[in-house]
Amino acid sequence: MGEYLVEAKNLCKYFQVDRHHTLKAVDGVNIAIRKGETLGLVGESGCGKTTCGRTLLRLYEATSGEILFDGKDISKLHGKELMQFKHRAQMVFQDPYSSLDPRMTIGEIIAEGMDVHVKLSGKERQQRIAELLAAVGLTEQFASRFAHELSGGQRQRVGIARALAVDPDFIVCDEPISALDVSIQAQIVNLLIRLQRERGLTYLFISHDLSMVKHISDRVGVMYLGSMVEMASSKEIFSHPKHPYTQALMAAIPEVDFDGEGKKTIERLQGEVPSPINPPAGCRFAARCKYATDICRQEMPKLVELEPDHFVACHHCDVCGK
Amino acid sequence: MENKEKILEVENLCVSFHTYAGEVKAVRNVNFHVNRGETLAFVGESGCGKTATSKAIMRLWNPPFVEIKDCSSMKYNGEEIMDMDKKRLQALRGNEISMIFQDPMTSLNPTMTVGKQIMEGLMLHRHLNKEEARKEALNMLRMVKIPDPEKNLDAYPHQLSGGMRQRVMIAIALACEPSILIADEPTTALDVTIQAQILDLLSNLKKEMNTAIILVTHDLGVIANFADRVQVMYAGQIVERGTTQEIFTEAKHPYTWALLSSVPALAKENKQELYALKGTPPDLLLPLNHCPFAARCEYCMQICKEQNPMETELTGTHKVSCWLQHPDAPKVESFYDRRKK
Repeated sequence: MGEYLVEAKNLCKYFQVDRHHTLKAVDGVNIAIRKGETLGLVGESGCGKTTCGRTLLRLYEATSGEILFDGKDISKLHGKELMQFKHRAQMVFQDPYSSLDPRMTIGEIIAEGMDVHVKLSGKERQQRIAELLAAVGLTEQFASRFAHELSGGQRQRVGIARALAVDPDFIVCDEPISALDVSIQAQIVNLLIRLQRERGLTYLFISHDLSMVKHISDRVGVMYLGSMVEMASSKEIFSHPKHPYTQALMAAIPEVDFDGEGKKTIERLQGEVPSPINPPAGCRFAARCKYATDICRQEMPKLVELEPDHFVACHHCDVCGK
Repeated sequence: MENKEKILEVENLCVSFHTYAGEVKAVRNVNFHVNRGETLAFVGESGCGKTATSKAIMRLWNPPFVEIKDCSSMKYNGEEIMDMDKKRLQALRGNEISMIFQDPMTSLNPTMTVGKQIMEGLMLHRHLNKEEARKEALNMLRMVKIPDPEKNLDAYPHQLSGGMRQRVMIAIALACEPSILIADEPTTALDVTIQAQILDLLSNLKKEMNTAIILVTHDLGVIANFADRVQVMYAGQIVERGTTQEIFTEAKHPYTWALLSSVPALAKENKQELYALKGTPPDLLLPLNHCPFAARCEYCMQICKEQNPMETELTGTHKVSCWLQHPDAPKVESFYDRRKK
C-alpha cells in the first residue's frame, strides 16, 4: 500500500457558541488517507463529517492538531505555500443549486480557480475549459450558459469540473450526490470513479448514504458526535462491524436486495444523537449503547488497531465485536 | 389480497398544471386502488407525478393553476371525492384521509406550539373540548415515542430535531385515526437510524389501527422493507405495478430494471460501474402519444415510438405497460438479470 497523502493527527475543531458553551464538532480525530484511495466518511447529521472535511482543506482553521499533506504540516502555512497547497486540494460541495454563482457563466465558474493558480493565454484557457467540460461529460457549449439553465446532475458535473480545473491530487467530496435523483446519482458516482482511475485522484467521500459509500470507498471511517469510532476497509466494515454504533448503523440500512422473506425486524437504535455542545465525558455513544458500563461513562476509548487495518474505539470490543 | 376491501379507487386520474409555457400534464390517466390496511408505494424520479397524484386524492390542488380533469374519478369508500363540496372535503381531510408532508422543517407552523397543532384537528373533527384534546394530543406524542411528551407538548417546532418534527407530523396526521394515510417522502430528510425508527413506528400503527398507507418515495430500500404493493411511475403514468416481491424479483419494465440496477447492492464488489440511465425524462409540456420511456430505453422498437402500450396483466397483481410483453415482441434478457448473475 502506498504512502499517506493526507494525515490528520488529533484534529480538533471547536466552535464557540457563547461564553460558556463550546460546540466540539470534531474532537481528536485521526485520519490517514493513502495516495489514490477513497476514504468514505459516514455518520448521522451533526456528527462532524463536513467540518472534518473542511478543516482538512483549511477552509476552517483547526483548533488544535496536526494536518500533514504529503508529509508537510499545512496547518501553519501562509501566503505562497498555502496557495500551493490549495492548488493540490479541492472540494466538491453538497448542494449543486447554491454552490454555483448564478451570475457567472459556467466557463467563468470553472476557470476562476485556474486563473488564480496558473497563467494561461486566452486561447489556452478556452481550450482547457472545453477539456474539463468534456472530462465530466458535458459539451463545449455549456461554457457560455448560466447555472439556472442546467439540471441538478449537470450542475454537479460543473462542480466537479471546477474542482478538477487546477489538477488537484486530493478532492473532498462533501455529499456530492445527496441532492440528486437515484438514476443521476449513479451517473455522478460512475464519473467520480472514472476520474479517479484516469487521474489517480485521492478522495475523501463524505455521505450518509451507506450503500453508496460502500460502493465507492476503499476504506470507511464512521464518525459519531465528533469522534471516529471505527475505521476499516469498506468490505470489512460492512461485513464485520465491530463498534456497536456501526452495527446499529448497518442494521438500519434498508436493503434493496429482496429476499422474499418479508421485512427485517432488528433491534433499532433508540433515541437521537445528543448535542455536541458540552458533550458527556467518556464514550460519546455510551448513552445509547446496550453494552455500556461504568468505564464507558468515565473514560473515552482510544482508537486501537484490533485487527490489521481495522481500528475500533470501544471498551468492550471483545463482547460486542462478535 | 384479492378479497380485501377496496377503500380507495382511482380511475382515469388526470392532473394538469397551467403554466405560462403551456399545459403540463403531470398525471396522465392513472388507475389504481388501495385496500384497507395495506401499504401501497409509489416510486419514480422527481417530476414523475408521485406527489401530484397523492395531493389530488385529497383535492389539495387549487384551480385554476392546477386542474384535476373532469374525466377523473376517485372513490373513497364508494363516495366520489370529485363531487364533494367544500364542507364535505373539510371533513374528509385530516379525518378520514390525512397526509404527512415531505419536509418536516417547513410544513409545521412555526408560530404554534406542537400541542396546539395536534389539538387543532382533534377539536375540529372530533369535537373535543380543549382539555380532552390536550390529553389526546399527549397520548399521540407518547404513541409516536417523543421523549418527555409533557414538556414537548408546549415546544415550538424550531426547538425540536428533524426526527422529532417528523414524529409530530405523524402524530398530527394520525390524531383522528384516518383510514388512509398518505406519506409523501416521510423519511427523505432524515438519517438512516431515525428513518428506521419512523418506518417501524408507521408499520406498528398500521397494524394497530388498520390504516392504509400510500407511501411516496424514491428510495427502493424503504419500499423493499415496508410496502405490500408497488407502483412504478414514469412521466405521469404507471408503467409497472405488482406486489413488492414481484417488482423486486420479476420486474418486467425496462424502467424498473434501470431503477433497480442504479442502486449499489451491499453484497456486490466495489467500484463496479453502476447502471446509469441516459438522458432525462420527457418534457411533459409536449403531447405524448407513444411510450414515455421510449427515448431512454435500450430495447426500444419502432412501435414504441408510435403507440403507447396497453397494460398487460401477468398475474392477478402484476401488470406492466410495455410493448415487450406483446406476443409478437422479441424475447429479451433484462440487463438487470444479467447484472445479478
